[in-house]
Amino acid sequence: MKIVLNSKQIEQILKDLTSRIFSETSSEFDIAVIGIRSRGEVLAERLSSKLSQKLGRDVPCGTLDITLYRDDLNSPHGKGQPQVRTTEIGFDIDGKIIILVDDVLYTGRSARAAMDALIDLGRPTAIRLAVLVDRAGRELPIQADYAGYKTDVAPGKLVQVSLVESDGKDEVVVE
Amino acid sequence: MRCDAMAIIKRKSSQLKWQSKHLLGLRELSAEEISYILDTAEGFEQISTRAVKKAPALRGKLVVNLFFEDSTRTRNSFTLAANRLSADVIEFTRKTSSVSKGETLLDTAKNLEAMGIDIVVIRHSAAGAPKFLSRNIKACVINAGDGFCEHPTQGLLDAYTIRKLKGSLKGLKIAIVGDIAHSRVARSDMWAMTKLGADVILVGPPTLMPAQVNRLPVSVSYFLDEVIEKVDVINMLRIQFERLGGNPFPSVREYSHYFGLTVERMKRAKPDILVMHPGPINRGLEMESEVADGPNSVILEQVTNGLAVRMAVLFLVNQAAAQQK
Repeated sequence: MKIVLNSKQIEQILKDLTSRIFSETSSEFDIAVIGIRSRGEVLAERLSSKLSQKLGRDVPCGTLDITLYRDDLNSPHGKGQPQVRTTEIGFDIDGKIIILVDDVLYTGRSARAAMDALIDLGRPTAIRLAVLVDRAGRELPIQADYAGYKTDVAPGKLVQVSLVESDGKDEVVVE
Repeated sequence: MRCDAMAIIKRKSSQLKWQSKHLLGLRELSAEEISYILDTAEGFEQISTRAVKKAPALRGKLVVNLFFEDSTRTRNSFTLAANRLSADVIEFTRKTSSVSKGETLLDTAKNLEAMGIDIVVIRHSAAGAPKFLSRNIKACVINAGDGFCEHPTQGLLDAYTIRKLKGSLKGLKIAIVGDIAHSRVARSDMWAMTKLGADVILVGPPTLMPAQVNRLPVSVSYFLDEVIEKVDVINMLRIQFERLGGNPFPSVREYSHYFGLTVERMKRAKPDILVMHPGPINRGLEMESEVADGPNSVILEQVTNGLAVRMAVLFLVNQAAAQQK
């Protein structure tokens, strides 16, 4: 296992992502951040507070549970049974630019599920995908609009994101 | 709205898995399993409040409502729950089926199975019918009421409603009032509530108490006036005239006088008491209209929560079946 990002680097990536989102999003648009459970929600919270500072107004933040939209619900899961949790989005997504946040973009299947889940909640003006780690191995035609760290680690190897709020420390390790 | 990541992550419950492809009753479930179903149900609540009231979790699955007894609430709730998860539903009622031509339960079920059903929701007057079915067919079986035995989704939705409004069931005093002997709701409620840490008091005339009530993990009172001041939750059962034999009480008026939830009695109850009823209500008999429609009544919330709980149950049994493939 090798540490590829420490807490300083993660902080820097989030700052860079914030600047890029800020510069590419016209100020007349309503913007909101939605994180995919569970690491994505932590990153979404951090991004939304950085964006709020930069824009000088409150950028709403929500959490999306995609379990019911997964494409592997009817196949055996081994030990990781999918657990349904709540979606907590306390604002209307219609007409907003949604920054969809996840920790790792890999096969693209979570992002597909998240987009379907979002469309069932309303009709955003646009959905943009922001991820901390972009690893090779896409199985669907999906790309990130804002990607932090890029890696082409071999399929099947582990990429593990730890965050202070959920795991006690900020760190990304690669097998 | 700001999302509070810390709080959300702390709520992440244990890694317990739901293993069973059937839900036959609550008696055999652990407190953890019951809590797991209730936690799961929380995630289904929002489906009913958003723009598109449907999720694809059971797409391509076939659910059969196999109801050998009358029901509106439970059957509609299961149908809607299955529809909201994108499953297809076949409605089967005794009156319009070959059962009236003498077909046995097993033959009926085997025939439905030949059509490729995935989940059977069954209500039957014989206690144990769901268990019998679960042993003889491959599909998932959900008990929607069997004889005087259990009505597990009602027990779950009652526990869910109390947990949602009171935070927890631990240490609460809950009265279940009325025709306990003929009530499968009372039994499922009792199992769910006591397992989750509540003290349950069964209240009713001795003639409507089940035999060997002293073997159950509950206390018993024959006087509503004795318990009304003490309880945090009161669940009023319907007098099931269709099941009553003999004369369990001298008159409806006398029953009402001793066991009805009246405006007068409510004055002595805790101000934040939850008033529940599994429906359908005999207004003016077990409960006065002013109480049923009053500020403490959560009767309609029970119905709403029932939908989320049934979606969760359908989802979990189907997940368990997928794991056993």
